[in-house]
Amino acid sequence: MTAPFYVQGAWFVGAALFIFGLKGMSSPASARRGIVIAGYGMLLAIAATFLIPGLQNIGLIALALVIGGGGAWISAQKVKMTDMPQMVAIYNGMGGGAAAAIAAVEFAKGDMHGLVATTLATLGALIGAVSFTGSCVAWAKLQGVLKKAYRLPAQNAVNVLLALISVGLGLAVIALAPQQPELVIAFFIVALVLGLIVTLPIGGADMPVVISLFNAFTGLAVGFEGYVLGNPALIIAGIVVGAAGTLLTQLMAKAMNRPISNILFTPLVASGPGE
Amino acid sequence: MDGLLALYIFMLAAFTGYEIIAKVPVILHTPLMSGSNFIHGVVVVGAMLVLGMAETPLQQAIGFFAVALGAANAAGGYVVTERMLAMFKKKENGQ
Repeated sequence: MTAPFYVQGAWFVGAALFIFGLKGMSSPASARRGIVIAGYGMLLAIAATFLIPGLQNIGLIALALVIGGGGAWISAQKVKMTDMPQMVAIYNGMGGGAAAAIAAVEFAKGDMHGLVATTLATLGALIGAVSFTGSCVAWAKLQGVLKKAYRLPAQNAVNVLLALISVGLGLAVIALAPQQPELVIAFFIVALVLGLIVTLPIGGADMPVVISLFNAFTGLAVGFEGYVLGNPALIIAGIVVGAAGTLLTQLMAKAMNRPISNILFTPLVASGPGE
Repeated sequence: MDGLLALYIFMLAAFTGYEIIAKVPVILHTPLMSGSNFIHGVVVVGAMLVLGMAETPLQQAIGFFAVALGAANAAGGYVVTERMLAMFKKKENGQ
């Protein structure tokens, strides 16, 4: 299914509006206008996608848009100003989950073309899944659902081991693609668990930096899945956010006077429960 | 898509993202994180594409899940960012 030129054109304009919007948001005077411009870009990109000839399941797409979009719109209006950071976390996690789910559908179809596409799909799935569960933990901590930092014995070793297993499973998925459902399922489960285990020991005070990191992760995952789908708008939006988010994470960590590696890999008792 | 062409897009997009954030004031860190969170909500378009091509019930179910999550990312990200920046602007005027 290739999109006609007017849909491609609308995606192009959408991507340009995202960059204009983000640029606007980087200065206090134009910040409010920036988000509105980016919002128009999003509406345009979504509306144009409906115009692709031969698009199936249009009813399901519309229903999912209404449930997901409407639900988030209403809940985001109601939430208290002080609860904003965890809302950013949960919406970011949902984006990561969406990127991972896109990869899951591509795996289920089993018609991915070439090593590069399969590799990027797998990488995007791994990063997106970690961002999904990690952001859910971040939300739970800031919301007060999870009150303390859970720290495993030899936490860093467990983190590294799980990361190696997930990368190994990812490599196996790439090497044996397509049609290995058990392997793909195992890969997704380990990636989801990795996000949980890495985030659980991190204290609430460090969460904004971690959310920013997962935000960059989701951006990268979206960019990679954009390549798999052959959609430059997703690549541009995803990678711009991936790069901006990485830099933003470093700036935030610097503002807290803590290197990012310290926050992620050695969450000692002193930096544990933030509040 | 041509692999090398995509690599060029990756490179230019990464520079763009870096340059946009490079000189941003500390007070805008959180709204910018939220704003960039909204922008990767464009993943909803990719999710619409896979659901639009889904053939089996399993693919439809995962695709539905993807569209709902992506739409929540975009809609929630927009509202949260807009509210943050609205508050920020009021404060600026008050001073």
